[in-house]
Amino acid sequence: MKELLKKLTGVTAPSGNEEEIRAAIAEEIREYCNELQTDRLGNLIAIKKGGGAKIQFAAHMDEIGVIVTYIDDQGFLRFSNVGGLSPFLLVGERVRFTNGAMGVFGREKMEKPSDLTIEKMYIDLGVSSKAEAEQKVEIGDFGGILRDFTDLGQRVVGKSLDNRVGCAALIEALKRVKNPKNDLYCTFTVQEEVGIRGAKTSAFGIDPDLGIAVDVTLTGDTPEAPKMAVGLGKGTAIKIKDQSVITHRKVKEHLVKLAENFNIPYQLEVLTRGGTDSGAIHLTRAGVPSGVVSIPARYVHSPSEMVDLGDVEAAIRLLVAVMETEIAPDCW
Amino acid sequence: MLLKELTELNGVSGREDKVRSYLRTQIREKVDRVYTDALGNLIAVRGLKCQGPKVMINAHMDEVGLMVLGIDSSGLLKIGSVGGIDHRVLVSKPVLVGAEEIPGVIGAKPIHLQEKAERKKPIPLKGLYIDIGAKDREDAGRWVKVGDPIAFATKSGPFGKGMFKGKALDDRVGCGVLLELMDLEMDFPLYYTFTVQEELGLRGAKVAAYGINPDLALTVEGTSAGDLPEATAHRVSTKVGKGPAITLMDGSIIVERRIINGLVSTASAENIPYQFRELTTGGTDAGAISLTREGIPSGVVSVPCRYIHSPVSVLSLDDYHNTVKLVRGFLETQLETVLRDKG
Repeated sequence: MKELLKKLTGVTAPSGNEEEIRAAIAEEIREYCNELQTDRLGNLIAIKKGGGAKIQFAAHMDEIGVIVTYIDDQGFLRFSNVGGLSPFLLVGERVRFTNGAMGVFGREKMEKPSDLTIEKMYIDLGVSSKAEAEQKVEIGDFGGILRDFTDLGQRVVGKSLDNRVGCAALIEALKRVKNPKNDLYCTFTVQEEVGIRGAKTSAFGIDPDLGIAVDVTLTGDTPEAPKMAVGLGKGTAIKIKDQSVITHRKVKEHLVKLAENFNIPYQLEVLTRGGTDSGAIHLTRAGVPSGVVSIPARYVHSPSEMVDLGDVEAAIRLLVAVMETEIAPDCW
Repeated sequence: MLLKELTELNGVSGREDKVRSYLRTQIREKVDRVYTDALGNLIAVRGLKCQGPKVMINAHMDEVGLMVLGIDSSGLLKIGSVGGIDHRVLVSKPVLVGAEEIPGVIGAKPIHLQEKAERKKPIPLKGLYIDIGAKDREDAGRWVKVGDPIAFATKSGPFGKGMFKGKALDDRVGCGVLLELMDLEMDFPLYYTFTVQEELGLRGAKVAAYGINPDLALTVEGTSAGDLPEATAHRVSTKVGKGPAITLMDGSIIVERRIINGLVSTASAENIPYQFRELTTGGTDAGAISLTREGIPSGVVSVPCRYIHSPVSVLSLDDYHNTVKLVRGFLETQLETVLRDKG
């Protein structure tokens, strides 16, 4: 799992630019499904038939990042955020563009630190002129944070664990499932960070009976953290509600029952701010009962997100349990 | 002059009737089929019998404006905004109320009656009202009613050096571009879609795209130009006179690279000046269209306009004509490449 996480988080794939991560994931799962498709928006769909209900699993493969909006006469770049990226977490960080060019985030002088905005920042490519900069990047190029993966033992730290850890969990579940009792549509979605967009169109195409997103959630277990019951090391989180969805009660109960039956450590989750792919899936066509299997993470949307490998393992086991337990398509 | 006629029509979001009727008469003879859908979108098709990919080009008919929320006992009208208007631009503007276009003025407490603190702040919407010259509530009620749409009473026309001023440039300019392209000869079905209620949340486009289900869509808009004296170079977004603006990304869409490349190729090949829209906020109909059904590849081309969403906006007629050229060239030369190259 650590190797897989290191590999996946090492890819730069901000929203709308998921080619490289799609290829990396496809390579991992190709032999473990009946069919592999890429839809119109770029969602990767791995189908594994087992009869029965059609379940769409969704793990988004995009990450937050930046887009170049302007190149000044000295070769400094101005940029905008792609998804929720705070300027305070960029100062001193490095960026890598999808074409490989790299740089550093800098900021203008200001009266007080709280005046910092994205508009007051720029990217330094280490060049001395506009012409040199234009050799490396164009307006409209996308980039992501450039940071190493760090192994702390039971826990690991890296950029874009949101949501490469969700992708890894879904990949691993797909590899482990031997006897699927449902038709599994494992979608690795695009553009979640800019508005759960890939989930919307992929759900329309698949038209599932049940939707399960796999994504990170926040924790309340760090000093003076906003109060939240979820913590690292207490198992996979089963979502009750976030800003995008109130999970279907029967789906939640199904997940809890499976966790208890198979002795999978779990915790219940309410997220007051944030959304996931299930937010889009559950409102597709005439509606889809949906839930979320969440992996607790600290420092989300920072260059150093942290997850607990025990929680990841619990999430994988729960996903496999869902895949191998028959659900009647109209049982809701 | 087409732009003058288009911008002087009143079509506040949800009440686009006059714009729709005008457009219908302009295009009736030139298209294979024209119809209005359930939400009021006007959809015209040329090349209905052709094979080939279904392409949609769209512009929205609605403009931001106001609505009568109540009539007080003195005959003054209470108002609310329809779409995003900066309330600071409203006081003392002349307006036209309702389908009958009753003239009125947006008024507020005169300065000598304002407290010192009040004078320092812009007047909030609830401090504004419309005076149609009525004696009292009963008198006013003979001319207007609650729910009447209110548009700015702006006369449009060319001015300065090759510039044009008027209200509702966002997005009558897009409607104008679509009309200018009614003579396109092509071998695929082309859906000219004039949408409703874009300013309230891309509503008409959502429904129109679902119904038409095109293979590719191009939105033509009016976008904000911030090229003013104190503007910081990298915050201008677009500049008037520098050509049509191609969207890379906004709050509603990340435009696929193949569409951007197609537009840039056209501009380069035909020597059409162009720029990129640098702001990444805001949204257009393309956002709603791109997420319809299983997803529809969509792009946006905009005419830069200063003072957008206010009683008077300004654009360069060269930019307008170059936008027509760019869209025409893209449709005539790039479709095969764009649709084949899945990126």
